[in-house]
Amino acid sequence: MFEVFTRFADWLAYEVMSLSPASKVGDAVHFFIEDVSKIYVLLLVMIYLIALLRASLNVERVRNYLAGKNRAAGYVLGSGFGAITPFCSCSSIPVFLGFTSAGIPVGITMSFLLTSPLINEVAVLLLMSLLGWKFTLLYIVVGMTVGILGGAFLDAIKAERWLQSFAQKALAAGQNAQLPEQQDTETLSMAERHRFAKDETLDIFSRVWKWVIIGVGLGAALHGFVPDGWIEQYLGDGQWWTVPAAVVLGIPLYSNATGVIPVMESLIQNGLPIGTTLAFCMSTVAASFPEFILLKQVMQWRLLATVFVMLLLSFTLVGWLFNGFSSFL
Amino acid sequence: MKQVKVLGSGCTKCQKTAELIERIAAEQGVEVSVSKETDAQTFLQYGVMSTPAVVIDEELKHSGSIPHTDQVKAWLS
Repeated sequence: MFEVFTRFADWLAYEVMSLSPASKVGDAVHFFIEDVSKIYVLLLVMIYLIALLRASLNVERVRNYLAGKNRAAGYVLGSGFGAITPFCSCSSIPVFLGFTSAGIPVGITMSFLLTSPLINEVAVLLLMSLLGWKFTLLYIVVGMTVGILGGAFLDAIKAERWLQSFAQKALAAGQNAQLPEQQDTETLSMAERHRFAKDETLDIFSRVWKWVIIGVGLGAALHGFVPDGWIEQYLGDGQWWTVPAAVVLGIPLYSNATGVIPVMESLIQNGLPIGTTLAFCMSTVAASFPEFILLKQVMQWRLLATVFVMLLLSFTLVGWLFNGFSSFL
Repeated sequence: MKQVKVLGSGCTKCQKTAELIERIAAEQGVEVSVSKETDAQTFLQYGVMSTPAVVIDEELKHSGSIPHTDQVKAWLS
């Protein structure tokens, strides 16, 4: 099904641009054209289709659904909704406050917010097309587990103590208030769904297209210019220190999942162990300073630092686990 | 004069929303004062969970996206 993109890249790189398939430049350019064209077509088609399906899902509905759920179910559902609900990271503060003021425990809210950048339809789509369904499934399971356990941990240490005081008051008021009966009868016509899906496709595409170019460009550079076997020779054994090193390296690199997945593809093909790759990529996507600084509005430094360290430790553990078990995969 | 507040964390979408409202108001000859609210407590006050959100004369009209031109026209008329 994807061969058409290989043939398109053959034609453009080797015939139109008359590069040699044997040269490093030819190899890198071919990789770049094939991946970018494939990703763009997939993104446009799939974001539209997915948006049609989920047009009626929004953060308000998720909040109404999560309010009053018991804890254990709450973490799993919070993380699951985090994966499928569309919302832009610039909305994390209002979403946090909206959940909190409905009396939803901080841990469940954080399960939602932690999973959201890691798993979304664009990330899943790219993983499927570049790295196959097994890896995709693995990535989803790991991402949700980090969100679920992270949320449970924050409630276990009573993280709500370290919210800013107005957020604490909102939480207390929400937990004591009787929830109003929700009227959830809104239905969307096909025309409204189409309008939402069209807006959503254009919106997401306009945000991610340049990340695809950057990510695939880096991947192509790795692919064409890092000597074959270099990564495998020096980092291929999954030495224990490579995992924390990868996590630390990922912190200042700020990317979303769209930019980092093409790099993952290239790293894995070059022989970097799967655990090290996952640790690096999750750290790049989820541990970003600009977004953490935003959360300062609702959290005290102590809680921010706790969440940050918790994420770094869990990505390191993920890396070690997968390097340890990769022979069984 | 209509008091318009655009609620959001200062991302480009909020910027565009504010510009859109100002432009349409100018086209329709409606007097507006558009302010941008980035404070978290303001989101809580209006119960806004997704941004950008639009509040006109203290009434929440819209949240979650850049509004469509025809929506803005309807609010201002």
